[in-house]
Order: sequence, then C-alpha cells, then structure tokens
Amino acid sequence: MITILANLLIVTTIVFGVIFTLVTAIGLIRLPDVYTRTHAASKSATLGVMFILLGVFLHFWWIEGHVNTRILLGIIFLFITGPIGGHVMGRAAYISGVKMWDKSVKDELAPVMIERKKQRQQQ
Amino acid sequence: MMIFFWVVLLMISFSMVAFIYRLIKGPSVPDRVVALDALGVALISMIGIISILADTIFFLDIILLLSILAFIGTVAFSKFLEKGEIIQRDNNPS
Repeated sequence: MITILANLLIVTTIVFGVIFTLVTAIGLIRLPDVYTRTHAASKSATLGVMFILLGVFLHFWWIEGHVNTRILLGIIFLFITGPIGGHVMGRAAYISGVKMWDKSVKDELAPVMIERKKQRQQQ
Repeated sequence: MMIFFWVVLLMISFSMVAFIYRLIKGPSVPDRVVALDALGVALISMIGIISILADTIFFLDIILLLSILAFIGTVAFSKFLEKGEIIQRDNNPS
C-alpha cells in the first residue's frame, strides 16, 4: 500500500516535469523572438528539471531507501542559476543588437541605452 | 514501472531533438546559446532518469557537475557577446 502511494507520487512529479520539458520544446520551436525564447527556455525548463529531480530523489528515498542530498543540492543550484542564465542571455542579446519581434509592444530599455550613449559621448 | 521511465526518457529525447533543431536553425547567436542552455538542462533530467533505470547512485554526482558547467558556459557566452572578451586583463597596471 505504501509502495503504491509512493509510486503514485513519484509518477505524478515526473509527469509534471516531462510536461514542462515538452512545453519548453514547443516554445523554443514556435516562439518568434530571442527574448520570448529566453522566457520559454529559462523558466519552464528549470521548473521541469526541478520536478524530475524531485521525483528521482523521492524514488531513491522511498523505493531504494537511500537519502541522497546531492540531488537536493542540484535542485537548489538549478533553481538559483536557471533564471539568472536566461536574464543574462537576454541582456547580452539586447546589447549585441538582436532585433525584437516586429509586433512587440514595448521596449523600456531603449531610452536608457540612448541616454547611456549620450553620456559616453560627453566623456 | 520501468516502461514508464522508458517513455519519459523518450519524451525528453523528443524535446532534445527540438532544442537541436533550434540550435542548428537559430537566426542569431543568442538563439543558439539559449538552445544550448536548455539542452544542458534536459541532459540533467535525462541523467536522473537513467540513474533510476540503471539502479545506481553513482550518476548523481554528474548532475551537480553538469549544472555548474552549463551555467558557467551560458555566463561566459553572454559576456563574450556583450563585451567581446571573456577574461579581462589589465595590461596597464598603474
């Protein structure tokens, strides 16, 4: 009985993780722009891999009887560094001059960049 | 139970094929770097599922190592795209 419940919880977490990974794949194919693709690849990929690693941790804990803290460390590390990587990549894409999608509504960084260029010319 | 993990492995492989499509086709360099980052993350989850299938705990060190390597690679690539160099050397020490 306990084993069935444990397997049910493991299967649920791993299925959630796989669904988020597939959503990442669809987003990375279908979205039109670097910035929207960064949005897909940073958040949902991180959440999917966190769910899958949580399922692996629960499997090794409840089925094999072995608590492995390295997986928890990996989950925390991915939770911290995944969105940081997406943010840094979007900033580098903007500064290196990748065009936005032509149906984009708002670009709040453009006046800041123009002002920074003016300041650099004055110096 | 084992066939479920094989199906999960197949699904992750399909999404990795999609990432490789974006990696080859991507119009600009940041597209490819984003696809590489997602590929590393998918590889981490694949290693977790493979360690369940192979019934061993020795693969689990690789998860931490690979996540650190993927993060360092993304940050180095973005710094290279932003400033044109990765390691800044001070050639004129005052």
